[in-house]
Amino acid sequence: MNFKVNEQGFYGDFGGAFIPEMLYHNVNELKENYLQIIESDDFQTEFKDLLKEYVGRPTPLYFAKRLSEKYNTNIFLKREDLNHTGAHKINNTIGQILLAKRMNKKRIIAETGAGQHGVATATVCALMNLECIIYMGEVDIKRQAPNVARMKMLGAEVRAATSGSKTLKDATNEAIRDWIANPVDTYYLIGSVVGPHPYPDMVARFQSIISEEMKSQLIEKTGRNYPDKVIACVGGGSNAAGAFYHYLDNDKVELIAVEADGLGVKTDKTAATTQVGSEGIIHGSKTLLMQNSEGQITEPHSISAGLDYPGVGPLHAHLFKSGRGSFIGATDKEALTAAYQLTKLEGIIPALESSHALAALNKIELKQTENIVINLSGRGDKDMETYIGEMSNL
Amino acid sequence: MNRIDKTFKDNKNILNVYLTAGYPNLNDTVEIVQELAKNGVDMVEIGMPFSDPLADGPTIQNSSQIAIKNGITLAIIFNQIQEIRKTVNIPIILMGYYNQILQFGSDAFFEKSKAVGVDGFIIPDLSLDIYEKEHQQKVEELELDMIFLITPQTSDQRIKLIDSKSSGFLYVVSSFAITGSKSSIHQSQIDYFKRINNLKLNNPKLIGFGISDKKTFDTACIHAEGAIIGSAFIKALQQSKNIKQTVKEFINSVKSGESSVTSTDNS
Repeated sequence: MNFKVNEQGFYGDFGGAFIPEMLYHNVNELKENYLQIIESDDFQTEFKDLLKEYVGRPTPLYFAKRLSEKYNTNIFLKREDLNHTGAHKINNTIGQILLAKRMNKKRIIAETGAGQHGVATATVCALMNLECIIYMGEVDIKRQAPNVARMKMLGAEVRAATSGSKTLKDATNEAIRDWIANPVDTYYLIGSVVGPHPYPDMVARFQSIISEEMKSQLIEKTGRNYPDKVIACVGGGSNAAGAFYHYLDNDKVELIAVEADGLGVKTDKTAATTQVGSEGIIHGSKTLLMQNSEGQITEPHSISAGLDYPGVGPLHAHLFKSGRGSFIGATDKEALTAAYQLTKLEGIIPALESSHALAALNKIELKQTENIVINLSGRGDKDMETYIGEMSNL
Repeated sequence: MNRIDKTFKDNKNILNVYLTAGYPNLNDTVEIVQELAKNGVDMVEIGMPFSDPLADGPTIQNSSQIAIKNGITLAIIFNQIQEIRKTVNIPIILMGYYNQILQFGSDAFFEKSKAVGVDGFIIPDLSLDIYEKEHQQKVEELELDMIFLITPQTSDQRIKLIDSKSSGFLYVVSSFAITGSKSSIHQSQIDYFKRINNLKLNNPKLIGFGISDKKTFDTACIHAEGAIIGSAFIKALQQSKNIKQTVKEFINSVKSGESSVTSTDNS
């Protein structure tokens, strides 16, 4: 089976570019140029150098001894939380900002949910001295105040998305509208493996550094360049795409994607797209999404703003439909419990998003001889208010 | 000859008015279209409200959200059009987003549209290649029109390609903008209209986005066969106490320049 995009930008049945004519020129310009630019030596040299010297890569592949003892298996944490700005998001923003510069764009726009992508975008814009506008749902602005302050301190303008559910989906709509209104000088720096082709493929390529490093780190630690299982959380799915990327064609590796069940998949407060969604079009891509019988996109719910999205990237829709990926879910409560557990056992406070991946340990069969990699996509600083508030409930 | 072709053959300075189905109240759609037709509007574009309308500005987004809350569905819209067709003979174009059509079932959607008296479609996020591959045959078989957009960034070569796939008319997006965001026409836009006219296209053209009053409508009519008014009309409906009167005053103001006394609209 093939897990790379075809010429039209499809992974199996999913992907493509379903965009208004107003975006055709921009998206086509990107499609025609992205591979040539990012595969050039000049780009790769600058990209790899910034990842090393500025982001702090490679991130450790940490053997979590106490967590492994508890589950009687071998658990490695890919420490994306140790990246500059606190999450995997910066791998992608470094890549796209270098691309935007080479395409002579002067103004950068982006959407953000939890604020991690917004911070990572504002950071690279400060680094490259480019104007930066971040769209963020009004609801998310309230629940992620520290990240809003960080973006402003970094010089970005944060614009509230006040339409629809006022969360990530609506911030994405507003960013796309901005791009329609400012097509010449503006670059839309998408934060996940979503949107029209070539974004899903491009973002996956930039995030693939995660599994690229895992390969050499695993050889050193286990004598084999692949684990038995890779576990990652999926909202749009960029950290999972990066963690799975170099193992997509290796059938010996089980790929486990963990979605946010919210209050539970049987309730209407969930973000578990593959469980409650169906095929359709969202943000320019054919994929799985949460919608009603009229094709109206419904409002997701997750305690984690980064997973609060009613779709998944087309690669993940393809992994789900083809059976290559195992999709499971973790509720708000299960994620919180997993976060407190990791903090106590390993002294690492994970982001709420990553806590969903950790919660999977209670839901899957684990063997003593297996090597498991959990992609710890971000750190928990931004979620402290939630963690403190929930502490008394556990 | 279908209704759209006949309208372009018989009429000049075509005025196409957009309304959102189910707005301001669920059952206002029929009366609004009847009144638009009575007041001399040449064709109407009925918006099928969508939760995530990427190409629309705040005014139309807002009207769509209200219509969805009012309970609008495609089934209700088809019933409303059936009712409209009892008294109204001007062309009716459905505007909406591709996901709605996919969920309804695309062939069923086109067939139902034909059965109730729809003449054409504007589906901004349906790309030319997907249309060609999956829907063109059906749409042409039913003798319906698929109307595509062109923008200031569309190359001459692509405009010709779009012209060859379109029927009915071409929707000329006047500027880099989402709907309802500009209020006058600049020289650069006029140069763009002239560039399009020099291409000697097969389809007639209607200019949309930023057409809000007599002045912008008249300018558009110099450079194309007519124009489409959307957000400005939705704004008028927002404040309407009496649909008959609002429609009459609005259309009068566009056609004769008499501004409505009751309107406080400052756009």
